[in-house]
Amino acid sequence: MSGDVYIVGIDMIPFGRYPTRSLSSLGAEAALLALDDAGLSILDIQALYCGNLMEAHLMVGQRILREIGQTGVPVVNTANACATGATAFREGVIAVKAGLYDLVLAVGVEQMGKGLLGGGKRADGFSAEGVLGSGTMPAMFAQIGSEHSRKYGTTFTQFAKVAVKNHHHSTLNPKAMSRRETPLEEVMAAQMIAYPNTKLMCSINVDGAAAAVIASAEAVKRHGLLGRAVRIRASELTSGPYTPHEFAIPDFNLVTRNCAGAAYERAGVGPSELDLIELHDCFATAELVHYENLGLCAEGEAGSLIDSGATALGGRIPVNVSGGLLSKGHPLGATGIANLYEITTQLRDEAGARQVQGARMGLTHVCGGTPDRGSACVVHILEKA
Amino acid sequence: MTEANTSAPVPAVSFLHFDEVGCAYLRGARCTDCGAVAPGERHVCNACGARGRMKSIRLSESGTLYSYTIVHRSFPGVQTPFIAAIVDLDGGGALQGTLLGVEADPARIPFGLPVKLIYRHSGQTSADGRPFHSYYFAPAENRT
Repeated sequence: MSGDVYIVGIDMIPFGRYPTRSLSSLGAEAALLALDDAGLSILDIQALYCGNLMEAHLMVGQRILREIGQTGVPVVNTANACATGATAFREGVIAVKAGLYDLVLAVGVEQMGKGLLGGGKRADGFSAEGVLGSGTMPAMFAQIGSEHSRKYGTTFTQFAKVAVKNHHHSTLNPKAMSRRETPLEEVMAAQMIAYPNTKLMCSINVDGAAAAVIASAEAVKRHGLLGRAVRIRASELTSGPYTPHEFAIPDFNLVTRNCAGAAYERAGVGPSELDLIELHDCFATAELVHYENLGLCAEGEAGSLIDSGATALGGRIPVNVSGGLLSKGHPLGATGIANLYEITTQLRDEAGARQVQGARMGLTHVCGGTPDRGSACVVHILEKA
Repeated sequence: MTEANTSAPVPAVSFLHFDEVGCAYLRGARCTDCGAVAPGERHVCNACGARGRMKSIRLSESGTLYSYTIVHRSFPGVQTPFIAAIVDLDGGGALQGTLLGVEADPARIPFGLPVKLIYRHSGQTSADGRPFHSYYFAPAENRT
């Protein structure tokens, strides 16, 4: 259809630690890889949408163009918690959909230190950690898992199985940070970070970058790119709606449900029509609750869904065949475009050993937020063109 | 002339106040349109958007345990393990805080546990040497 918008080039650098590299060089590398994937040049690109969280005020998009070509095109720098990269990508989709441009570039990039995210002292010297509960990400997502246990009896073992599955998938992905099998006993016996999340059930803080070239139907035709183009059937964004727990913990469930509902409606498809999913497994507990939030199973059945093997490669609806954030790593601003890379690669039938056979439609999901601030969610549905 | 009280506690959160006899309490606001309860003072309801309908209240000092985690790994200097809890307050509102007086063992932390709010010195002091006081959760006294 003439109004359709496509991914025509996409790539990511292997996620890992690049302490000697600059943030902009990581972003530039991913941008050039995505341009090469499309067979295009920076001179073809009419706007740049850049996602980065930690240096959001430091003109990351402009710095990337200094490395790959300062064409003077509009640059939009976005920050939106863990939805940062996907938000940047979506801004590009909207601009193309609106007819302002027909070929744009989206880049997500992040450099991160090791260790726990969150915390810090207030200006008056008070530190809330341990006094007012916990502000760490593992603790927040552990509380969300505990909420699921409260409602449905979900067990520590079931949460741990998510890590076993995703770490297994990562052994098939050369671009994942951690690529080794982690048996259930090892996952459960690993250092406890915030019950029920052990260290092997927490995503890894890494550096990374991913980029995508977004095109209109007209640009696809003009450049002869239909062969490897992937159609964007839905690109939705939500912010955390009010819940009675608002001031105790950000909402990650309803914000995802609202976003997924909007995406299914936009695409005119339901979860049963999807062949695979890359969802936001920042912690093992998060993956399980999102099974229900994305409609992969009925309320309360996420535990039995992981038990059944349905979400593993070869199962009914494979989830995070890339290895997910748990093993691929989670460079905040890059994550949202990296999961679009995985789905695109799968729909192009180019995923090698981790290929989901016959994949025609896939969904990506990112969802993040911070205590006492709020949450953001982006869902994309992609289809083989 | 009044002398600055150098030992007066400093509230750890903006909505913790001390009454005229020095007893701590938490101030909140309830929307007279939709009933939503929020900590602190507000003019606009974040649940329904109503303006000028927030009535100042004292938050309840009792509630039930909604969810929790046992934090084993935290920032340097923070004593672990501790229980980071989410508590539904009786009469509306929910708070995050640290649950004291319960063993940090999932088998011993029942969901729905009745809790009360207690106020105490957080162990931290301000630059001018005054103690930061905070609220904490503890099992309600009549628990057997």
